[in-house]
Amino acid sequence: MSNHLFLPILTLLLGSTLATILGRWRRVARGIVLLAISANFLYSSWLGNLIFVSKERQFVRVGTLIAPYGISFIADELSATMLFMTTFLTLLVVIFSFLTSIITEQIEDFFFYPLVLLILLGATGVFLTGDLFNLYVWFEVLLVSSFGLLTLGRKQIQLEGGLKFVELNLIGSALLLVGCGLIYGLVGTLNIGQITQRFQNLNSGLLTVLATLFLVAFSIKAAIFPTYFWLPASYHTPPSVVTALFAGILTKVGMYVFYRVFSLIFYINLVDKLTILLLILACLTMIVGIIGAIAQVSLRRMLSFHIICQTGYILSGLGLANEAGLAAGLFFMLHTMLVKTALLVIGGIAEASFGTDELKKMGGLAAREPLLATFWFLAMLSLAGFPPFSGFIGKLVLLKATLSAKQYLVAGVMAGVSLGTLFSLLKIWNEVFWKTLPKDEPEPAPIKPYTLIPAAILVGSSLLLGLGASVVLASNTLAAKQALDSIGYLSTVLPDSPKK
Amino acid sequence: MILLLSLVAGCLFAGATYFLLRRNIMRLLLGLILLNHGANIVILVMSRLERKLPPFLSPGQIDPSKFIDPLPQALILNAIVINFGLIAFTLALAYRTHLALGCENLDTMLATEQLLDE
Repeated sequence: MSNHLFLPILTLLLGSTLATILGRWRRVARGIVLLAISANFLYSSWLGNLIFVSKERQFVRVGTLIAPYGISFIADELSATMLFMTTFLTLLVVIFSFLTSIITEQIEDFFFYPLVLLILLGATGVFLTGDLFNLYVWFEVLLVSSFGLLTLGRKQIQLEGGLKFVELNLIGSALLLVGCGLIYGLVGTLNIGQITQRFQNLNSGLLTVLATLFLVAFSIKAAIFPTYFWLPASYHTPPSVVTALFAGILTKVGMYVFYRVFSLIFYINLVDKLTILLLILACLTMIVGIIGAIAQVSLRRMLSFHIICQTGYILSGLGLANEAGLAAGLFFMLHTMLVKTALLVIGGIAEASFGTDELKKMGGLAAREPLLATFWFLAMLSLAGFPPFSGFIGKLVLLKATLSAKQYLVAGVMAGVSLGTLFSLLKIWNEVFWKTLPKDEPEPAPIKPYTLIPAAILVGSSLLLGLGASVVLASNTLAAKQALDSIGYLSTVLPDSPKK
Repeated sequence: MILLLSLVAGCLFAGATYFLLRRNIMRLLLGLILLNHGANIVILVMSRLERKLPPFLSPGQIDPSKFIDPLPQALILNAIVINFGLIAFTLALAYRTHLALGCENLDTMLATEQLLDE
């Protein structure tokens, strides 16, 4: 039993409550928020290290109820890695919003920072829970706070984007709920480990139906083709800080659930029937995402389409349905979380400086702000996949896994889409940084150097992830091994159950 | 009873799909509400609706097979609460959108999709 798994949840709940109550004193509330996220960051790095060294899952039963009756919390390498990265990104985004004035005091007074804590709380809950219905509940926590963050500010475009986002995500949630209900009716349990065990002995056509139901529900959450439409409709509408936060967390939590549920509960179905479907969806997501990105003419809309494109890569890692694929997909997920947030943070600085994110009205930033331009250039190289950045290693291991699984077409699509990514990022580089400022446009406001700190840390981390890839890959391989090891998962959750 | 409730759930899903495809914000909301009701009824049906005692243990009665499984109902209760909150939020959002836009037709909400060039 490891009671410390409750710590991150308690910290965030307490932090958001206090920050709400004391919201009138902005400095105090900010201090509480920073403290809560930093504490969680320290905790998650400790947890990650603990699991990586001991190679054992951490597990706790809520209220000491025996596992299938009570909810259990379980952390393995996959969840610890995701927890670490998510907390790290939230910390940097919050620091970024402290340093800049993109989040106006008016928005801050409507509980911006408590909502950020709640979104992290939802993500943490999803990563740590070992119960399918509990996972649905945490997902709702995540969603409802993201709805709040998305519509704070009440601009017309935000409301329109928010409505589309809310509608599609609620449909996804309803499907997830139906899936939970069907699973309970079928096997009489909601504990993920026990479901896995009982599904292995169950030979029913309903399993494929269930797997497809979950596939659709998670596709909506993770913005996979053809259910991604809420993402480009909404991500460019809120303040850029919120977009940076969403890019790092929202769809990636969806991808985590994909990895968790399909590597355990539906693994047999995945290998039997769904591999091809997942790979096709992944390829289409990549292609549609990159075509959408190239067609756009404003910075954040392009980057939102890039998010879709990158989820395609991550999904293809799962579609390979083997350990190497999962490990490569996880590495790529970490890389894209970092770099995507970096690009959106840098884009946010540029947007705040120009007062718009229309590419036509921007220009000449490379001469004016060489440091910002350098960071963008490095992040761009990383996303496109140049060594020594994390993008290179991420794409390399993913391509290697794809080729060794003999999915040559998928590998071709990956390589082609990679070129498209570079092209569309170069388009932004040309328009925002390289070309001279259009004559009738107002001069951009000067950028304060200290606002670049989070961007510098993000780009630096991407470089570190690329240079220290062997360590991270070892951790990811362990994560993939643990994720696929249903017997080990079950014996952690239910130590007394008969082994199957 | 199971057959009847399955039909009800099916009708709710069909109605929800119909409403979700309308162009009016209010209809959209109705669609979401029906969808959630449908999901709740599916969970209820999956609990097999047996005629058994309510799950309160009293001294002397310890045979678990005599009691109904309370978990599906707990799940439904939980889901109802969550959906109530979400629908309340969506209703407020739809109201503000209506105020900002001055109409209820979803086809007029194009600002998020347009390229800025046009």
